[in-house]
Amino acid sequence: MALDTTTPGGPEQPGEIDYPGETPVPLGALRQRSGWLRPHLGWAIVGAVIGYLIGHWLGNVIASGYEQVQGSGQNDVAIILGLSLGVAGWLAGIGAFTYPLLKMVGREPAPAVPEQSWVRYFRMTEDHKVVGLQYTVGVLLFLFTGGLLAMAVRTELLSPTNHVFGPGTYIFLVGEHGTIMMMMASSVGAGPLGNWLVPLMIGSRRMAYPRIEAFSFWIFLAGYLVILSAFFYGGFPTGWTGYAPLQTQASGGMDSYLVGFAVIGIGMICAGFNLAATIIHYRAPGMTWSRVPIFVWAVLATCALLTLATPTLVVAGLFGILDRTAQTAFFVNEHGGSSFLWENLFWFFGHPEVYIMALPGFGVVMEIMPVFTRKPLFAYKVAAAGMIGVALLSFFVWQHHLFQSGINPDMRPLFMLTTELISIPTGFLYLVTLGTLWKAKIRFETPMLFCLGVLFNFLIGGVTGVFLSDVPVDVTVHGSFFVMAHFHYTIMGGLIFALFAGFYFWFPKMTGKTLNKRLSRWHFWTFFIFFNCTFFPLFLVGLAGQPRRVFEYAPNLQTLNDISTISAYCLGASFFLFIINFIWSVYLIPHPAPQNPWDSRGLEWQTPTPVPWFNFEHIPVVLSDPYRYGEPDAPPVADLGLEMVMVGGAPRDTVDPDDLSPGSGVETDPRPPIT
Amino acid sequence: MSDPLGAGSDPPSTEGAPDEPAGEVHHWWRLLAIWVVLSAVGDPLFYFLAGPHIPPGRMTSTATGAQFDFNVLFVIALPVLLGVWIFMAYAVIMWRATRGGPEPVGGPAARGHAGFQAGWILTTTVIVLFLAGFGTYELVQPEGAGGGQGSNPIWTPTSKTVLPVQVIGQQWKFTYRYPSFGGFETTELVLPDNTSIAFHVTSLDVIHSFWAYQLGVKADANPAYDNVAFTTTNQLGSFTVRCAELCGIWHGAMYNSGQVVTPDQFEAWATATEKRLAANTKLLPPFSYTYIPDANGADGGYYPDNVDPYSKVETYGATPAGKSGG
Repeated sequence: MALDTTTPGGPEQPGEIDYPGETPVPLGALRQRSGWLRPHLGWAIVGAVIGYLIGHWLGNVIASGYEQVQGSGQNDVAIILGLSLGVAGWLAGIGAFTYPLLKMVGREPAPAVPEQSWVRYFRMTEDHKVVGLQYTVGVLLFLFTGGLLAMAVRTELLSPTNHVFGPGTYIFLVGEHGTIMMMMASSVGAGPLGNWLVPLMIGSRRMAYPRIEAFSFWIFLAGYLVILSAFFYGGFPTGWTGYAPLQTQASGGMDSYLVGFAVIGIGMICAGFNLAATIIHYRAPGMTWSRVPIFVWAVLATCALLTLATPTLVVAGLFGILDRTAQTAFFVNEHGGSSFLWENLFWFFGHPEVYIMALPGFGVVMEIMPVFTRKPLFAYKVAAAGMIGVALLSFFVWQHHLFQSGINPDMRPLFMLTTELISIPTGFLYLVTLGTLWKAKIRFETPMLFCLGVLFNFLIGGVTGVFLSDVPVDVTVHGSFFVMAHFHYTIMGGLIFALFAGFYFWFPKMTGKTLNKRLSRWHFWTFFIFFNCTFFPLFLVGLAGQPRRVFEYAPNLQTLNDISTISAYCLGASFFLFIINFIWSVYLIPHPAPQNPWDSRGLEWQTPTPVPWFNFEHIPVVLSDPYRYGEPDAPPVADLGLEMVMVGGAPRDTVDPDDLSPGSGVETDPRPPIT
Repeated sequence: MSDPLGAGSDPPSTEGAPDEPAGEVHHWWRLLAIWVVLSAVGDPLFYFLAGPHIPPGRMTSTATGAQFDFNVLFVIALPVLLGVWIFMAYAVIMWRATRGGPEPVGGPAARGHAGFQAGWILTTTVIVLFLAGFGTYELVQPEGAGGGQGSNPIWTPTSKTVLPVQVIGQQWKFTYRYPSFGGFETTELVLPDNTSIAFHVTSLDVIHSFWAYQLGVKADANPAYDNVAFTTTNQLGSFTVRCAELCGIWHGAMYNSGQVVTPDQFEAWATATEKRLAANTKLLPPFSYTYIPDANGADGGYYPDNVDPYSKVETYGATPAGKSGG
């Protein structure tokens, strides 16, 4: 028991808390050092710099004078070793290796005391809520960086012939934008929302592997630095798909791409295993599979993809690294390799990746809609089965990215069929949400508006996907702006809208503050309108024959491109409304949030605000699923071991019975402060 | 509100109308009426007004097929889009929360509707299977729909005469070789009308993609790999060729144009060009389906990829045995 002092809980434990400090510290444990000496972001940066310098020096020692690109002055061995050891140093600096190394030499690590100050956000922590917020900030960092790059890309496309950037810079901006956004989007589901919400939703006090969870965040952040380092090596010309042999031919920025994706991939695998183990093993008593919130199902389906598809990417990246440094020929046709190998490996990861992004978005929408329609989720089992179905089918569709590439042609009807089949389980999103809207009582709060936005946008994205899966139509639209508009409609119109729906919905629980309603609505409407004005014209542009990733295009397409560019600027400005709203509502005019502002039945809303680090004082016993709206005599969602005050079928406030004197404030947390 | 049977059903699509008790507002019938009217108006409007102008036009058999395919898909997609949007708009207008408005009814009826769910799944499955069957037919029937079929194409033109044209992609231009005319290499792409063409697409460096937009042809140019795409021209005119696969910094500038001319004009152009370029052709490597770039530098040199030159080439105008190309 002694080792578990930091993270009490788990369904098998009795419902009482082991407060840290009450447990005897085992013999041989390390002394807790003072704050600044313990690992934090600063030490991680120091570690990264030292690691990079050692790696770079080592690379120059073992492969001095070797250049992948003649005359570039770049030693790829040095770059790759520098970046890899830099990441290792970063992780060592943040303390990711402390625990396993100490256990290996038989010593006990110092018991981690849950910190309450802001410093905890700069540390490797075992509190899933802190990791969730860290991920939120990290994801927004990716999103805004990628967004600025998108503005640059659209700026270049203002004119068909006058250039703002050179063609080399433009291609690099396109590639960096795509790569950063893909890295961001692949972590949106598992990162901010998955980490923050899953334990609360399933009634657990902790993650299954809290250290691996924290590790997955810090390596994710290292991936951001690695992919940004491409700026210093002159960029990479391949776009986010990194096709060989262009990849083999490219200069040093390509190394950042390959190492960056491998680093991000390791984080994704770790996040996937942790969440899957948590969902399977840490559900509270009574949280049967038919009572699990639909968002948790979505995360579970995503975990299957994270753990099974991502290793392919890591291995493909390793092959690319070997081709560029050790003179192997995995992707070099002339030397017995195959450029098709990269295409197949990449898309065998790349297509499930699309659903790594889409599925959590579905989950968020389906989770939120019952709250604002005051109705149960329609066809819950179909929704869960659909997401599992999407996850399984997504492994069998990757070759539709290669329809015109010259692969074996008789595979084409098969992959056309599987690709179109996947629209059946994807369509369940609409079966479920439209069924939930039927005769509902819809409250148009901001999260609900974003959910309706997802339904509107994703439909366009999904239907155009059917056009792309049809080989004869794909001959025209493959590799054109039509594809680009299609996946922006699914990923940005679907996932990013859903992400904002989730942020607006769970923000009061995460931060304890209420966002300004008027600014929130302005954000939604500008975001929705300018999103559509940015990307809808690009369908037409693509149909009219403009290929992706070009810096010059036919002059007759300038009007449509300009509409898109100007809307893109407005879309970028719309993000600032969100930031302004955040700063306004959290720092300038803070407005404390009630415990359950949306009257949700979800288990996560039954906890006090802010959520204590142990989540639940007693392990809840789940009594019913969270969607039983419209039933006046529905049982509460869980027995929290506290007396519950029922308001309108939903437990409004949970209070300690000892503190429940008449007229007392029910928002206060009566438990003793944790030090 | 007071009808437990209808509470969980929402048919925006085509199936599963539950009976609602008399006296209720007939949401279902209203939705169906709006949907049928708008679809019945929208589909013919699109098909007959926009349809004939949908890219890539009708210059070739494969372009015509792609255009027809797009239009059929759109005619199916429009009612789906309208169904969801009409339902959403209807829900937003009719079922918004009002003070003192009716509370939704929960319970088993609102949690699912077996008939409606089965109907939805059945409808989407039927649509999807139809689309896959239709797409396969449209892929097979017009000689592989103009897509690159790799070295061993299985859907070949029915025409007896097939003109082979080799497309060589390199950073950052396309050149074309005509093996039937001594294998001369030129930057002009000229094709005869009413003729089946076999494009043999290959690359000397990285992956490009040969996209002859108005011809409805797209095939990736892979190094050391022969990717064959077929089409049959049936209109005179010029067309655009663009690279559709990112191939490096000048990818955006990798385009040129080509022309479809009458067979007589083509014959005249080809023989004249063959004669004009005869001296150059001698310096070129012998025609081959794939080439290996000269490892000794960036001067554009290349040599055949250990393939017996001319072994698989059919002569323009002769009767090929079975299929054309590799």
